[in-house]
This record gives sequence, C-alpha cells and structure tokens, in this order.
Amino acid sequence: MIEIKEATKVYSNGTVGLNKINTTINQGDFVVIVGRSGAGKSTLLRAINRLHDITDGEIVINGKSLTKANGKQLREMRRDIGMIFQNFNLIKRNTVLKNVLSGRVAYHSTMRTLLGLWPKADVDLAHDALNRVGIPDKAYVRADELSGGQQQRVSIARALAQEAKIILADEPVASLDPLTTRQVMDDLRRINQELGITMIVNLHFIDIAREYATRIIGLRDGELVFDGPVEDATDEMFTQIYEREIKKDELLGV
Amino acid sequence: MSLHKQQNKKWRKWIYIAIIAAIYIWAFSQMPAFEIQAMAGEISRSILNGLFNPDWDFVYDPGGEDLLRGLLDTLAIAFLGTIVSAVLCIPFAFWAARNLHRYKFIPESGTFILSVIRTFPEIVMAILFIKAVGPGAFAGVLALGIHSIGMLGKLYSEAIETIDDGPIEALTASGANRLQILWFAVVPQVIPAFLSYTLYRFEINLRSATILGIIGAGGIGTPLIFAITSRDWDRVGIILLGIIVMVMVLDFLSGLLRKRIV
Amino acid sequence: MNENTIKKPSKVKSTLTTLLLFLLIWGSAYKTDSTFEELFTGIPEIISLLREMIPPDWAYFSYITPEVLITIQMALLGATFGAILAIPLSLLASSNIFVSPWIYQTARFILNFLRTIPDLLLAAIFVAIFGLGLIPGVLALTIFSLGIIAKLMYEFIETIDPGPLEAMTAVGANKIQWIAFGVIPQIAAQFAAYFLYTFEINIRAAAILGLVGAGGIGLYLDETLNFLEYQKTTSIILYTLVVIMVIDYITKKIREKLL
Repeated sequence: MIEIKEATKVYSNGTVGLNKINTTINQGDFVVIVGRSGAGKSTLLRAINRLHDITDGEIVINGKSLTKANGKQLREMRRDIGMIFQNFNLIKRNTVLKNVLSGRVAYHSTMRTLLGLWPKADVDLAHDALNRVGIPDKAYVRADELSGGQQQRVSIARALAQEAKIILADEPVASLDPLTTRQVMDDLRRINQELGITMIVNLHFIDIAREYATRIIGLRDGELVFDGPVEDATDEMFTQIYEREIKKDELLGV
Repeated sequence: MSLHKQQNKKWRKWIYIAIIAAIYIWAFSQMPAFEIQAMAGEISRSILNGLFNPDWDFVYDPGGEDLLRGLLDTLAIAFLGTIVSAVLCIPFAFWAARNLHRYKFIPESGTFILSVIRTFPEIVMAILFIKAVGPGAFAGVLALGIHSIGMLGKLYSEAIETIDDGPIEALTASGANRLQILWFAVVPQVIPAFLSYTLYRFEINLRSATILGIIGAGGIGTPLIFAITSRDWDRVGIILLGIIVMVMVLDFLSGLLRKRIV
Repeated sequence: MNENTIKKPSKVKSTLTTLLLFLLIWGSAYKTDSTFEELFTGIPEIISLLREMIPPDWAYFSYITPEVLITIQMALLGATFGAILAIPLSLLASSNIFVSPWIYQTARFILNFLRTIPDLLLAAIFVAIFGLGLIPGVLALTIFSLGIIAKLMYEFIETIDPGPLEAMTAVGANKIQWIAFGVIPQIAAQFAAYFLYTFEINIRAAAILGLVGAGGIGLYLDETLNFLEYQKTTSIILYTLVVIMVIDYITKKIREKLL
C-alpha cells in the first residue's frame, strides 16, 4: 500500500510541480496516471521511489515512511520498487542477462556485486524473468542488438528479477510503435495479474490508459483532479483533465 | 554599418598588426645571425650518408647492446608507463567529471590538478625520477606513468561527462549504492572510450620513450645520443630507421585495435 | 525453457586477452626492472628529493628571466616557420584539393615520417650540424610544428564545404585562384587557431631543448641539477609552469575569439 499524504513539490525557481497530492494506492492496483505534459505525472512517479524529493508532505509505503528514510533504508525501499523508463535505460553494450542481473545489486554486498559473483539462484531468476517477457533466447545478446520493444521487455525483466512489489513505468511505450506498444502493455498487465505486482504507469495515450488501467489518476498543473476506477473516467472527465478536447495524437487508435 | 564604426574597425586592424609586428621584432631580436658553419654541409652530408648506409651489424648483436634490445626496452617503458597512468588516472577522472558532483568546485579542482600534471614535461619528470631512483628504465616508466595521468585523466573525465544518464537513474531506482551505480551504470559505458584513449596515449608514449634515454631514463635513446655525440652516423642511421619503423608499425596496429573497439 | 537450453557464449577469447595483457605487463616490468620493491625503496628517495627542492630559490627567478624569454621566442619562431611550411604541405595532403592519390598520399607519408621523430632528437641532430645555440632549437621546433599543424590542417581542409570550390571551378579559376578564393577563406581562422595551439605545445617542448644544447631554459635545468642546486631547479620548474599556464590562457582566449 502506498499512501501519499499532502505531497508537494516546489522547485528552487518557485514553480510548483506537485500541489498537496493525497491518494492511496493498494497492492495489486493497475494505476495509470494521465495529464498533459508538464502536469506533474513524471514528478509524482519519481516521488514514489524518491528519484525526486518532495518538498512537503509524506509518502508511506507499506507502513514505512519513504520521505524519512535515510541512505540505507531508502535503498532497501527502492529495492522493492522496480522502474521502467521511456528510453529503457539499459547498458547498451552489456548483454541482456547482465542488464537483468543489474536489477539485483541491492540484494547483495557491494563487493560481491562488483566482482560479478551472482548466486545461481539470481541467474535462474534472471532467466525466468526473460522467459516471462518472451525473450529467453536473447540472454547472451548485446542489448543494443535488440529492437526497441525487445529492449523494453529487457527492462521489464530487470524489474521482475528485482522481485519488486511495485513497478513504476514512466511513459513505457512512448518510444515504441503501435504494435509493440500493445505487446509491452500486455506484458505489464499479465505481470500485474499473475504476480499481483502494483503497476503505476504514466501514459500519454488515453485509449490505452482506459483499456489497461483498473484505476485512473488525473493530474492538472500539479493538482490531483481525478482519482477513481476506470469506469468513472468518462470522456467529459478527460476533457476536464486536459482542459480541452482530446486530440488525435493522444489516442493510439489501434 | 556606420562610417564611424567602419573607421573604428580599420583602426583596430592596424593596432593588431602593430602588436603582432612588435612581437615578431622582439622574437627575432635575440636570434644570432644565421651563419652556416663550415662543417655544417659536411656533417649534413655524412648524416644523410649514414641514413642511407645504416650500420646493419648493430641490429642484432648477441653479446652486447643492440638495436632490437633497445627498441624492446623502449616498447616496454612505453607500455608499462601507459598501463600505470591508465590505472592511476581513474580516480582523477571521476574527480574531474562535472556530471558526477553536486558542487562545482570539486570537478574544477580536479581539472586544475590534471592540467598542472599535464604541463609538467615528462622529460623534467624523468630527470627528477633519475635523481630519486637512479638512472634506468624504471625512472622512465615512472615519468611516463605520472605525466600521462594529466592527459588521460582529462580525456577519461570527458568520456564520463558524455555518458547517458538513463542507466544511472535505473540503477538508483533499483536501490543500488554509489559504488554499484558507478560500476554497473557508468563503467560499462566508458570502457570503450577509455581503451581507445589509452591506446592513443600509448602511441604518444612510444615516441616519448624513444627520447627518454637521452637523459638516461632507459630505452633506445641512450645508444642514440651516444652515437650522435660520437658522430657515428651509420649507427644513428640504423637507430633512426629502427625508431621510425617501430613507431609506424605500432601506430598502425594501435589504429586497427582502436577501430575495432568502437 | 530454462537456461540450460540457451548456450552460454564461450569465454575463451576474453580469458586469452586478459592473459596476454598480464603477460605483456609482466614482460615489460621484467624488461624495465620495475618492481614494487624498487618502488618502495624509491619512495623515501623521492620524498627526500622533494624536501631538498623546497622552498624554491626566489632570487633565482629574476636571474633566469632572460632565458625564459628566449624560450618563448624560440617557441614562437618555430611555430611561425612551421606554420608557413605547413600551408603548402597541408594543401598537398588534402584529397579534396589534390585529387591524385600520388600527391596526397606522398604528402601524408612525409608528414607521418616527420611526426615520428621526437623533438628532442631533432634538436640533438641539429646541434650536431649547426653547433650549440638557438638556431638548432628553432629548426627542431620548426619541423616539429610543421608535423602538427600540417596534419591538423589537412584533416580540417578535408571537411570544408565543397560549394565554394565548385563555384570557383564554375567561374573558370585556375588552381591558385581556386585555392585563394575557394579554400583559404574557409580555413584561415582554423589555421590561426591551430597555429596558437602549436605555439602552446612548442613552449613545453622549447623548455627542454636546452638539455641537448639547443638553447632555452632547459640548459639551466641541467646545470642546476648537476650542481645539486635543487631549490634553483624548483624555481625553473615553477617559472616554466607559470609561463606555460599564462600562455595557454592567453592563446585560449584568442582562439575562442577566432572561432
């Protein structure tokens, strides 16, 4: 359970990124955060693993305060939160397996990871994760030899190998073509349903958001303007979140 | 453009020309008249003669000092010096990389130290090391090893500055600590550039190593300076040929390797 | 599917590379008598030398000023003569100026050849020909600068915009006019920048040429070390470092203005 209480982010230049966000996300939810670019989607997502610090308020994950966690506690909390990025953020020159294993560094001592002494269980876990996203045969291929969709699956496998309980996905399909978009979103849904991992996804495409989410959070200018089950997110609601009619490029349309 | 501005520009041009002329008058003022010594022509001829009739016997001499041994020593000095600096410069490179620090003064101080090291000529460094550890190849290795930190550290830090931040973010998000982030997100991205720069520096060090012997820091430079001072031009010829061939061959090999790395 | 069905790539190549590298390091260390033992016995010597070098002999600074100025003059003249000679050579080495491989490959070979001979060696040979003094120093720096500027220049010339060249061909210019109006305007600023850069490198080189008797501050470096006047050595080193840094700073500013 993620409790976000009065979360506020004010940048050093005075811009308000998030304004008193209050919400609770339950284990197993598939939440999609929508809003125009600059509405604070990415800031909110990155506040949940503290890649961005909030300036006021508190975020509590499974009873532990993320906001108050110090270095080591913070790293342990992050270990349970996987993250998927728009640009995959893989080490392009390393093999797929190495990339997936890099998700497990926080489980072991620094020395052990630096020497590359992964336990066999970890390697098995990594192969299983690759299996789950459908690319088991790519384990020893260099990451930059894969297509965009395959690279995004590697990053999903990385989050799986991390044995994360929550996965944050920041525009995971923004760099992909429509067909691969569906495959990646299907992967995320399957993981959510089969493993019960909480999914929090920022999305640009409204139709995809409606199709995959169980719950929608709408942001506008850093404020939470909608928070409810996907059934309640009507066209009028989206028009409000976006302050205008929905444009064509905000629909994937496939 | 107004007339006034145009005239201003003309004036400026003349001032620049005057300054440059003054600098050159000053630069020539200390130069002695260029008078060719009576011997110069003859010596040049014998040098050319030596280059075209090198002392082939010097190439391999099982008993004593010969060209191949000298070149091998030179190669060893350059290689080891490069390895030493490639290792020693790493902490400096991370220190001087602007994208890894929150406060500006940290990378700036690192950059400054690297530029001081770079400015310190390797020959001067070699002389000092000879005073400390005695003449020989070891002094040459130390001199190259320390001097090269300046350039390699700078190039390495620039390589670090151009990396993609994405993997750093990904590793941070998965709970990695600072060292793990460096090792898993930064190091794999910079290794090809590091290798390529190291090879490039090796090419430079090989040239430097050929002259270290002139001041007694080992390698082919020692027999070369002896041959020059004793006017044994046949021997100078064969040593020069040896150096040129070795440098060109290794440049070629290193170039091939560098192409493969990228 | 489990990992047993996926073939792990062989590690033979990387193991062999590592082995070869260690072999080379070990061989080089053996050849050069570089051992940790040598290093550890050397460290106290290095420290005691550094102690003797501190503080610098402040009075010596004014004494060596004339020689420092001469070093700068040598560097400047060497860079200038080298730059002048580099103009024709770099044009000859550019494949977009002289299309015939016979011309540009020959020019490049000469350039590569020049750059293989280290500056100190050139100086030693010129000292043998012309005797002790500034002349061999300036000549050595001329050849040295020629190698650097001409290489940088031809690499730059090959990247220039072919448009103006075509325009000059179209108006029926001869080769000299073609170069003067199509090429020179495009490369002048860069040429000046490379000249300044080479001047910077020359200062460093000129500071040591005195070691072989080719003039400049290097002579004093040798002298003070031989007389064990280490504090004076420190003065020379510091003075040289300051001069190099000041000149680097000035030329950097000018280069920024040029480009």
